[in-house]
Amino acid sequence: MRLRLSEADAAFREEMRAFFTTQVPERIRSVVAERRELSKDDIVETQRILNAAGLAVPAWPAEWGGRGWTSLQKHIWHEEMQLANVPAPLAFNTSMVGPVIATFGSQEQKERFLPATANIDIWWSQGFSEPDAGSDLASLRTAAVRDGDHYVVNGQKTWTTLGQYGDWIFTLVRTDPDAPKKQMGISFLLIDMTSPGLTVRPIKLIDGGQEVNEVFFEDVRVPVGNLVGEENKGWTYAKFLLGNERVGVAPVGSTKSVLARAKQLAKDRLDDPFVAARFAELETELLALELTALRVVANSADGKPHPASSVLKLRGTQLQQAVTELLVDLAGPGGVASGADDGSAVPQWARVATPRYLNYRKASIYGGSNEVQRQIIAGTILGL
Amino acid sequence: MDFELDDEQTALRDAVRRLLASTYASIDGRRASTAKAPGWDEGMWGRLAEMGVLGLPFAEADGGMGAGPVEVALVAEQLGRVLAPEPFAEAVVLAGGLVAAAGSAAQKEQLLPGVVDGTTVAAFAHFEPGAAAVAPPRSVTAMQDGDGWLLDGVKEPVLHGAQAGLLVVSARVDAGGTDRTGLFVVATDAAGLDRVDYPTYDGTRAARVTFASTPATPLGAAGSDASDVLALVTAHAQVALCHEAVGAMATALDLTTEYLRTRKQFGVPLKTFQALTFRAADMYVSLELARSMALWATLVLADGDPDAAVVAATRAVVQTSAAGRHIGQEAIQLHGGIGMTAEYAVGHYTTRLTAIDQLLGGRTAHLRVLADHVGEYDVVDPLAV
Repeated sequence: MRLRLSEADAAFREEMRAFFTTQVPERIRSVVAERRELSKDDIVETQRILNAAGLAVPAWPAEWGGRGWTSLQKHIWHEEMQLANVPAPLAFNTSMVGPVIATFGSQEQKERFLPATANIDIWWSQGFSEPDAGSDLASLRTAAVRDGDHYVVNGQKTWTTLGQYGDWIFTLVRTDPDAPKKQMGISFLLIDMTSPGLTVRPIKLIDGGQEVNEVFFEDVRVPVGNLVGEENKGWTYAKFLLGNERVGVAPVGSTKSVLARAKQLAKDRLDDPFVAARFAELETELLALELTALRVVANSADGKPHPASSVLKLRGTQLQQAVTELLVDLAGPGGVASGADDGSAVPQWARVATPRYLNYRKASIYGGSNEVQRQIIAGTILGL
Repeated sequence: MDFELDDEQTALRDAVRRLLASTYASIDGRRASTAKAPGWDEGMWGRLAEMGVLGLPFAEADGGMGAGPVEVALVAEQLGRVLAPEPFAEAVVLAGGLVAAAGSAAQKEQLLPGVVDGTTVAAFAHFEPGAAAVAPPRSVTAMQDGDGWLLDGVKEPVLHGAQAGLLVVSARVDAGGTDRTGLFVVATDAAGLDRVDYPTYDGTRAARVTFASTPATPLGAAGSDASDVLALVTAHAQVALCHEAVGAMATALDLTTEYLRTRKQFGVPLKTFQALTFRAADMYVSLELARSMALWATLVLADGDPDAAVVAATRAVVQTSAAGRHIGQEAIQLHGGIGMTAEYAVGHYTTRLTAIDQLLGGRTAHLRVLADHVGEYDVVDPLAV
């Protein structure tokens, strides 16, 4: 057992820290630090900077831009990026569809999509959830029926995050409605969002934002060449994707960063023992989470996830939400002034505190709700 | 950063586990050992000594094994798993640790061999009635008397205080208007020493120890302030107790999941009810977070910076305290009435976890310490201690 990073890993950490804090424009990082909304351009600009430096898709196969890093290096990369308030590479591209295409796609698909995906020349959206298929994703009904060289797609997807920017959408569609198990009739299909018959409709959320959408498919014709892997094997690819997604959702670095900023903002209130205790408590809980993440990282070298990994999503989102809640409390009645302009006497951080708090209620729902995580822990780890 | 045991550590853990299983395979073992004097199994204590376990934290020059916090931690966890009542953390890591850290060369030479070979069980008399766990000694005072020192006051509770063959005592020393913390050794046959033994709710023994002009020998140089060494050795003992708690929590969870699998109500196993399995999942989360923190605190202790060690132990206590309460309470609740009985094992785990929590000083007291310093840094970085 050893506490410290090896010299090589410590140097790697310094290298990442230096890059993220000097090569990504302060203008963009301050948007994250101040918890304002990132524009599409902010996200694309950042990812292109990262991609040019080989830092956008380090986990991909080397041939497509991967770096062959250890699990610990990937963890350090991710943490330092969050601590520096750098917008993470677009998850739909880099940790969802990219690895699926790289692992299960044809050579032609790899060549066509992977470089463009790494550089956000294509902005991908996710078409998994449906109005009647949430946690029970396998009950999805959007149908793809073979017609010559095309699939004809009909149905509806929902909760499509940032779908308003999407160029392409990766979808799970039902290709065999008669399969003996509902998981067995699903395929993984890539769809150009400019296709006729495809429409995107925004869903307004409780924080006033419009970050998710509904996507409707009416006789959308999709070339069969856009099927990833084999027909009716889509559930396997989806599970692979969701496994990757879960690893990325223990937002330790970003939560630490928000908590540190909150402490700065509340500096003159730390002599209130109750306020100070809440910081001490959250910092300690976050430390325990970070250490658990490090244990998982240290033990996942053989490709098998550490049993404790399921703790990360569950606890990670709870703490992410707890920190947003602390900011709401620090903002007090001033937090109501969310619609005020920059002439407001209420500081910017207090004005965004409550919309952010409301927005982050999503965290314990997406990526496998926390109830699904408990189900996994109870079933897979505890044998219940 | 590496949380894996090396081969020697794994071998030690397995050997300790096997040895403990010979006596503590079921809760009956604890019941039998705690029912008779001195409150633990002396044969087991002797075998732990033979195995070198009682010498683990001490330098080879002092007759110890020259091992470190990692070895101490894995022994403590094994003791916790089976609720072995042998007072490893209290007698060896804490009381023995104080002798090793504060004693003079002559004192170490005189006192440590007995600790290491198991013939002397040491106790640390520190808690005072009404005082918080995280507090310097107040009511027990030490006064210089010619060449010697005299102690006055009451220490209570002192774990296995009446059974101990060596008493280490903390006392307030008046140093010209300012208080210092002194550490003293008191012979068990010293004049004016009174020890009243009683059982504790978790099956162990404690004592009220009264000093009335009782002669005492300063541990180490007379007159020096022992606050720092006390804080550091306490941190070592706290982290060992955290590991003991992690072991106990793991078993409490095992017992609970086994019960959910086998106990039937309404014609089906309890695990059919999601309201119960979700709560077991939350217990697992608490356990793993506490385990991570205890492991990290162990590595910080091993790293050697005393200030960092004290803070890390404090964080480990905050986490362990909450986890112990959560898991202990839920373990009983998910068992139902059987969990309340002295006959069945799980309640004993809750009981011991509660005692460990109180001996550690509890979450609130430690959170208060952390809260006092929260404005002095931006983020907690576990890799840059």
